[in-house]
Amino acid sequence: MTTSTVSTRATDATRSRVADDVGRGRTGPGRTPGGRRETRAGWAFAAPFAILFALFLVWPVVHGLYLSFTGQSLTGQGGELIGFANYAEALGDATMWRSMLNTLWFTVLTTIPLVVLALALALLVNTGLPGQWLWRLSFFLPYLLASTVVSLFWIQLYSPTLGPINNVLSGLGLPAPAWLQDPQYAMVAVALTTVWWTIGFNFLLYLAALQNIPDQQYEAASIDGAGRWRKLWSITIPQLGPTTGLILILQVLASLKLFDQVYQMTTGGPAGSTRSTVLYIFESGFTGYRFGYASAISYIFFAVIVLISLSQFAVTARNRRKGVPA
Amino acid sequence: MTATAPTTDRALRPPTADRGRRSHKPGEQRFGVAGLASIVVLVVLAALWLVPFLWSLATSLKTEADAAATPATLLPREGWTLQAYRSVLEQGNVPVWAFNSLFTSAVITILVVATSALAAYAFSRIDFRGKKLLYVATIASIIVPPQVLIVPLFYQMLAFDMVDTYWGIILPQTIVPAMVFVLKKFFDQVPIELEDAARVDGAGRIRVFFQILLPLSRPILGAVAIFVFIGAWNNFLWPFIVTNDAALLTLPVGLQTIESAYGIQYAQNMASAMLAAAPLILVFLFFQRQIIKGISTTGFGGQ
Repeated sequence: MTTSTVSTRATDATRSRVADDVGRGRTGPGRTPGGRRETRAGWAFAAPFAILFALFLVWPVVHGLYLSFTGQSLTGQGGELIGFANYAEALGDATMWRSMLNTLWFTVLTTIPLVVLALALALLVNTGLPGQWLWRLSFFLPYLLASTVVSLFWIQLYSPTLGPINNVLSGLGLPAPAWLQDPQYAMVAVALTTVWWTIGFNFLLYLAALQNIPDQQYEAASIDGAGRWRKLWSITIPQLGPTTGLILILQVLASLKLFDQVYQMTTGGPAGSTRSTVLYIFESGFTGYRFGYASAISYIFFAVIVLISLSQFAVTARNRRKGVPA
Repeated sequence: MTATAPTTDRALRPPTADRGRRSHKPGEQRFGVAGLASIVVLVVLAALWLVPFLWSLATSLKTEADAAATPATLLPREGWTLQAYRSVLEQGNVPVWAFNSLFTSAVITILVVATSALAAYAFSRIDFRGKKLLYVATIASIIVPPQVLIVPLFYQMLAFDMVDTYWGIILPQTIVPAMVFVLKKFFDQVPIELEDAARVDGAGRIRVFFQILLPLSRPILGAVAIFVFIGAWNNFLWPFIVTNDAALLTLPVGLQTIESAYGIQYAQNMASAMLAAAPLILVFLFFQRQIIKGISTTGFGGQ
């Protein structure tokens, strides 16, 4: 669906350009669409990209699929085809299913605040308060940090003995869990860290979208006597619909790829409560040395990602056709 | 992508007059009760967002004894000190890792921008045989999560003898198909007449590309470069998989080894984290506007 629209548009553009050329009588042999000179020029420009693309994207995608049907290990043994054995094993592997559920749980925990709170922050900052750069800096700063830096920060903040979080909680007489050491709270803690770390990105996208809403719409609404809330619900939020749809898609896809934070903060523990699917792929391949099995899980995970993206695109497209903001 | 085209289009339209960073909507009262409440909420949230950073900064400026003392306090008992930074720099790892990060991220950025711009030009302007197939494959591949490719890519690096080399870190990160899409969309909106005029004057495609299209595209190229650089600078998983040699680690991967090797030295850990964070933060402080603009224009195509 994605591709067909895009390529149609591309051919349209080309066609109109070709028509232009014909109109001006400049269609020599070199400008024939798909002609030999055009083809040579096109590939000359596209070659550096196409070579890297073939080597480091297309080939690994194909080879990974092949590996998933073998018993390949890091040591080089077991390269022969074994049919669907890896897939059968993965589908009966409780750890694999647990990692999928953990990943979904994390996606739910992070996506909601990362969309809603990011929108709220952008709306608040966009009201024209003084000190714009300071607000942007505060919320965007964490996004510039590497995951390892973020993990170092938060391991200390969550520390039951040295961390300020539990200091404050016990000071207020509230229960102070062991966060990263408690299977019940570990994923929540990782999710909180992730919200802090990445919200700046969605915040900036919302801020840019807000500034693209034409002022005339607000002026017209003011003339009609609409108040602040009225304008928020009938102009701002609907106008942000497509942006929200996109941010939602990107966020779900980003959250599903959870690896860095859990590897660094909990290594998947305690008791496997934070082992994400990508972490399990990593463990199977690089700790267990089972390349074939790790590839099979990769492809199951890939299939899930494709399914989720396609259904999200479908929902967004349908909503748009109905005129409902995504 | 159908549904998203309008937003992306708007974000990528060649820059017109800057609408100004503030967009106080006319007709809104600024200091009603609601206005005051929103200021309070914003101040509280911004403070919450800065606390993890400030707490870690404070820890990095304490003595080790102070940093490990309970109950933890923000302010040191024995006074501020730069001792932790001195120790980290004396051990010498962090500067090496910083160089590796800078070098690999810079090469990745240059390669991505150069190859993507050339390919985007071909997709936008030249009607060559096989174009449709290559373009469809490129767009479709945006959906492939790099995490899914770690096993076959590592296998490939073993075959190419590139494990534990700079090229091993760099090459697999040089493909960011979304950036080709972003650039092609931009090129599509640059009026063809500009190029036609030059071509009538006898300029070849290469001259048209370098002398007309590229100068017009500087903002979007900058945006793509910023986006790719931040991604490469902070990438953890791939460099972590492909490097073992301590001399080749990038900053994010190097910090991970600190965590396990010197787990007890809180002040030094935080000092290392601060040193690792400093370069991008400094760059951001100087180029805030460009970076924000870059993220907002490429954001939807990226990730």
